[in-house]
Amino acid sequence: MQSNTKKKFNINDYMVYIIFAIVLLVFAVWLGGTFFSVSNILNITRQTGATAVMAVAMVFVIGLGHIDLSIGAVVAESAMIIALVLRETNSIPLALLAGLSMGALVGAFNGIAVIKLKMPAFLVTMGMCSVIRGIAMWMTSTKAVPIANGTFNFWFGAGSIAGIPVLLIWMILALITGYFFLSSTTFGKRVMATGGNYTSAKYSGVKVELITLKVFIIMGVVSALAGALYAGRMQTARFSYGDGVEMDVIAAVVLGGTSMSGGNGSVVGAVVGALLINMINNGLVIGGFNTAQQTIMQGVIIILAVALGNIGTIRKGSR
Amino acid sequence: MDNRYAISLENIYKSFGDVTVLKDVSFHLKKGSVHALVGGNGAGKSTLMKILSGVYTSDQGTIKIDGVPVKIDDAVDAKKNGIKMIFQELSLSPTLTITENVFLANELKKGLVLNKKEMADKTQALLRELNVDAKPTDEIQNLDVGIQQLVEIAKALAADAKVLIMDEPTASLTDGETATLFRVMQDLKVKGVSIVYISHRMKEIFQVADTITVLKDGAVVAEKPKDEFTLDSIIEAMIGGNIEKKMEYMSRTAPIGDDILLSVEHLTVGKVVKDVSFQVRKGEVLGIAGLMGSGRTETLEALFGLRKMNDQSVVCLEGEEVKIKNVSDAVNKGFALIPEDRRRQGLVLGHTVAENLCLPNLKKLLKGIRISRAKVKTLTDESISSLAIKTDGADIGMLSLSGGNQQKVVISKWLPSKPKLLLMDEPTAGVDVIAKAEIIDIVRKFVAEGNSTIFVSSETSEMLAICDRILIYKEGQAVQLLNRDEIESEEILEYAIQH
Repeated sequence: MQSNTKKKFNINDYMVYIIFAIVLLVFAVWLGGTFFSVSNILNITRQTGATAVMAVAMVFVIGLGHIDLSIGAVVAESAMIIALVLRETNSIPLALLAGLSMGALVGAFNGIAVIKLKMPAFLVTMGMCSVIRGIAMWMTSTKAVPIANGTFNFWFGAGSIAGIPVLLIWMILALITGYFFLSSTTFGKRVMATGGNYTSAKYSGVKVELITLKVFIIMGVVSALAGALYAGRMQTARFSYGDGVEMDVIAAVVLGGTSMSGGNGSVVGAVVGALLINMINNGLVIGGFNTAQQTIMQGVIIILAVALGNIGTIRKGSR
Repeated sequence: MDNRYAISLENIYKSFGDVTVLKDVSFHLKKGSVHALVGGNGAGKSTLMKILSGVYTSDQGTIKIDGVPVKIDDAVDAKKNGIKMIFQELSLSPTLTITENVFLANELKKGLVLNKKEMADKTQALLRELNVDAKPTDEIQNLDVGIQQLVEIAKALAADAKVLIMDEPTASLTDGETATLFRVMQDLKVKGVSIVYISHRMKEIFQVADTITVLKDGAVVAEKPKDEFTLDSIIEAMIGGNIEKKMEYMSRTAPIGDDILLSVEHLTVGKVVKDVSFQVRKGEVLGIAGLMGSGRTETLEALFGLRKMNDQSVVCLEGEEVKIKNVSDAVNKGFALIPEDRRRQGLVLGHTVAENLCLPNLKKLLKGIRISRAKVKTLTDESISSLAIKTDGADIGMLSLSGGNQQKVVISKWLPSKPKLLLMDEPTAGVDVIAKAEIIDIVRKFVAEGNSTIFVSSETSEMLAICDRILIYKEGQAVQLLNRDEIESEEILEYAIQH
């Protein structure tokens, strides 16, 4: 009757930070200065930037009890649109407007299909992923589009301000915004209530359908922004950007302590999760592992991390 | 060695964290008898039975079957020992058929393949015995809750249980279904099956039990043959005092004016509510009584914007016609719904007390665009103290509260928005007598401030305690309107509902 659900110190909530610290320590001891240097750490944050920004938005999607697999394709399509608009007009606002609007449209389509057609988000967004990726390939017949606008490249990827990479600034901005929305606004509370119990949220007066639509649109826009960050960092747009990044983003969110079934979420955890994944990649590269070995190791570490979290739960005896 | 008993639980102790739920509880179940277990929510009934069925293990104590000590560590052990629990929360698979559910993990086989024919035949026979109007091939999700409950019982019967534990089995059954269940229970007794019967409905317990054990705060306070108990003595043992006063009708502290708050005309909702008209005055409690499925819930849900009412329906609030298209409209007009199923509709169970209390009031908690922690604290503290919600704090998960306290959270989450009309659907279902009295008191205070309530309940004694007028529903129509002073006894009201 009295189940033990008191909010005490729950090791699970902190698992991602503990694992992060352990992995950091292991790499620092093993690889020394090559890994544990300011320039390499900044390099990791640069690689993480776009993933972390998307992970923040994904916390809301997963917290709502849904999933979005179309984000990787939106990254590519947005990068292509932005590069093409920049080539034609050289106007950054216009390029961003075009790219982000496309993201909003894709998100709106996903949301409407989920709400009105009652389709599972998994299938809708998986289909969208393919459609959007195909369009990105089609636009230039798979050719890459270089970006010559230096201002764009500076602010959306390559630049640094007082030694701090712009991408790190984007990541921190996303972290603060996401944290604020989740913990301190009606929107965040309503998203989690809807994910926790859709019926009860509806009976409490939450406009559950509108909330769902908004969350998918935000995810689309944020993925398009991540596309700009990819393009800026590489100073080029390619149709292949973001291929498989949805899996990294979802893994980061879940590692960060957000439940796949919805109802709770941690923005800070998701960002740390994203950093963890990229840190593992980076460390393994420096450690001399080849791509095949890196891929294997990354999978093993993710499974181990989630398993550790679950063992904590099982030992607590809560069924 | 004493083997008069099918099951003996001796000196059982159990605690969760710091909370002791059972202390030194002994419970002896005679073979071929019905043994009722009563007590308030949180008294430890469910925990004790979960220990017996292997969901929990006890910290201390012995379980004996036929006088022999046994270990029951999980559901498999319980099954091996012929113990079968029918859970309060239905444990059926919604997408499987009745047959598949009845024989789940207990399938009949012919060689390596399933013997579908025999399983279907046996299910058919069980359904006939239980008077269930459904086919073995029907999927659970398409059945009424009452029928699902009976399937749950059929499942236990198919497993040839020696000991059956029934936790509130009649909660969603009609009177006819209940009578059938009681008849089946008598047959089972004759066959030597022993039954533990948990219920809040005292009348049923007196009808069906041979022995009654009363639990209070995790300890046995009384155990006697049924005939040595009276309703009063059970309630006294349960709460350690006399609360009869609270469930009696109390004359109004504030008189009901003639002002009409809500006027509903020709309300029609699909095929379930047909052309119903009624009025609710300011300060009045209007009861809606009727059997399950008579359209009571649908009436409330339509007024709350959850169901579409047909075009001829007219709803007037304080003389002006209002259109209620969705929940926001209803909330803006000052309506609040306490839904029938608090676990599914009323609460986000995985969230904390504070999060649930704040959900409908988020806009009031804003400071600029952000939610003010100070305001959240004020609101939750006020809610918790004004309705005396028993919780170790606002940041406690909902699941650690008892049913009665969960229900108080559902009610109090609406009160900060100062509703004018509370729509209450079975607000006391599955809560103990004390919480019941408290909820009745909350309604009394609410209407004394000039607000109104529409009160739907299956418990006639409760309706008589609180309602000023009672509308009788039958098959979606309002067939009778009774003033409280015209109703002299529960029997009269029960008669009106049944005929």
